[in-house]
Amino acid sequence: MRTGVVVPSMVVPSMVVHGVLVGVALLAPLLGLYPVFLVKLLCFAMFACAYNLLLGYSNMLSFGHAAFFGSSAYVTGWLVTVHGCGAISGVLGGMAAATLLGAAVGAIAVRRRGIYFAMITLALAQLVYFVCLQATFTGGENGLQSIPRGSLFGIVDLGRDSTMYYFVLAVFVAVYLLIRRIVSSPFGHVLQAVRENEPRAISLGYAVDRYKLLAFVLSAAISGLAGSLKALTLGFATLSDVSQTTSGEVILMTLLGGTGTFLGPVVGAGIVVTLQEYLSDRVGAWVSVIIGAIFVACVTIFRRGIAGEIQSRYARSSGSSAADSSTAGSSVE
Amino acid sequence: MTTVFGVPLPAILGQLTLGLVNGSFYALLSLGLAVIFGLLRIVNFAHGAFYMLGAFAAYIGLQAFGMNYWLALLLAPLAVALLGAVIERLFLRRLYRLDPIYGLLLTFGVALIAEGIMRNRFGASGKSYPVPHLLQGVFDLGFMVLPIYRAWVVAASLTVCAATWFLIERTRLGATLRAATQNARLVQAFGINVPLLLTATYGAGVGLAALAGVLAAPVVQVSPLMGSSLVIVVFAVVVIGGMGSIIGAILTGVLLGLIEGLTKVVYPEASNIVVFVIMALVLIWRPAGLFGRE
Repeated sequence: MRTGVVVPSMVVPSMVVHGVLVGVALLAPLLGLYPVFLVKLLCFAMFACAYNLLLGYSNMLSFGHAAFFGSSAYVTGWLVTVHGCGAISGVLGGMAAATLLGAAVGAIAVRRRGIYFAMITLALAQLVYFVCLQATFTGGENGLQSIPRGSLFGIVDLGRDSTMYYFVLAVFVAVYLLIRRIVSSPFGHVLQAVRENEPRAISLGYAVDRYKLLAFVLSAAISGLAGSLKALTLGFATLSDVSQTTSGEVILMTLLGGTGTFLGPVVGAGIVVTLQEYLSDRVGAWVSVIIGAIFVACVTIFRRGIAGEIQSRYARSSGSSAADSSTAGSSVE
Repeated sequence: MTTVFGVPLPAILGQLTLGLVNGSFYALLSLGLAVIFGLLRIVNFAHGAFYMLGAFAAYIGLQAFGMNYWLALLLAPLAVALLGAVIERLFLRRLYRLDPIYGLLLTFGVALIAEGIMRNRFGASGKSYPVPHLLQGVFDLGFMVLPIYRAWVVAASLTVCAATWFLIERTRLGATLRAATQNARLVQAFGINVPLLLTATYGAGVGLAALAGVLAAPVVQVSPLMGSSLVIVVFAVVVIGGMGSIIGAILTGVLLGLIEGLTKVVYPEASNIVVFVIMALVLIWRPAGLFGRE
């Protein structure tokens, strides 16, 4: 994913795709889609994009990202309901908590790589889960209920679902652009160098662990933002937000959509959230079986994910004219 | 009554034996994980699910066929090992050339499928499995009463651990296995059927997990989710011990079980998290783990 060498033939379709998506997103509530469902989808898409920053661009498989998503949801809910904070300060408070937690977990986890990194993040997230279960401010088994949405600076009331939707959509677009910017920045290029060949990056003099930690903290902060917005929209923060299941779901969204692609996590989140929404009352506990089966399918036959497959197909078909465009295109995983 | 820190001694000893029982399960499970990882380079996220399937195999055997505990102790691990071998042949085999994280993700999916199927069939609530007739009752040691079944679990687990250690470190088969861990292609060139060895190793590793499941069935509730949080604790144990060493996996498992038991006495609120806290501390102090050599 060397975005520095974007092939011109990829730029135009990419702009078209993004333009269409923004258009659809703006019109979606008018098309009769339920805004709260759309906001939930956007929150998980943001969560998956944050996750992809880590898995896709730094090759760090975190199995504990629900810790940041959920703890931020809890802190936001607690600030807003107990301390009467506004929406903005509640969200910022939640993000701050997720960032600090990300720094602590990241500092321990980046000491090991690969599967050990995965197991460590999983274990530390379980620690966060038990703390949330036993702490008093989280409401234990019940979680926090009826969190008010409040308003933006006391002017725009977020109580209306469609207002909330456009607010979250604006935040999402900003975050999406920010992540694109991070990936194409010098910092992002170092991360990708580490992903491709860590020993070489070290021998070139990069303080690899520090770069990885920063990526981890950024990802945790954005995951926290997603969790906070989810808590505000749905009005509750529960143990499931910090659970292993949620950590697994965000991995699945990213994997299914395509790791290391910008739009992949959005696509993956769309599919997984929609599946859950429509299947959960129809098939009950089979949802877990279906999600497990998608996992197995993704890993065995479909490792590039949906967006990755489309990109590589497109690159192959359009790359027949110019040899270097096909190689550059196929590297856009 | 004798007390330590204001806690009656029998209560401490009771928690310690419970901790020892849990520690035996940790040892059996992390041993299986270490053996699988050593040869296949796969971190088996489904380990907790296979533990659960072992317990359910015993439960179903009893309900449907009246199979007794001793037979279940033999047949349930075999059945689960067979299932594991099939999964290795069908899925894991495709992943050996890839980054080990794919193995972790695949086995995570397998765990979700297994747990989902069992939850659909048996519901989420726990089922109880009776303690076998021969092992009911207690030993009265004078200073404490020790339930016979707990003593049996610890003795049986540690015997199996020791036997596995002997098999791997002291026999010809174990030598082949270790050689394949070092250099699979060379071992294959010597005429050893390495693919079969991989299948058998995965089967044996998950069979150990199932054995732990059968041993656990009478002391815990048999439920579809009994393995899903256990596997995370076992991962932490493996990170603490370092996956390179068999003895390390066994010792760390037992030790952490004991520490967890002690925490239940001293500060019960922390008993769920003490293993993870220790893991964090060990990582700060010795990133490769206590017995690791990375």
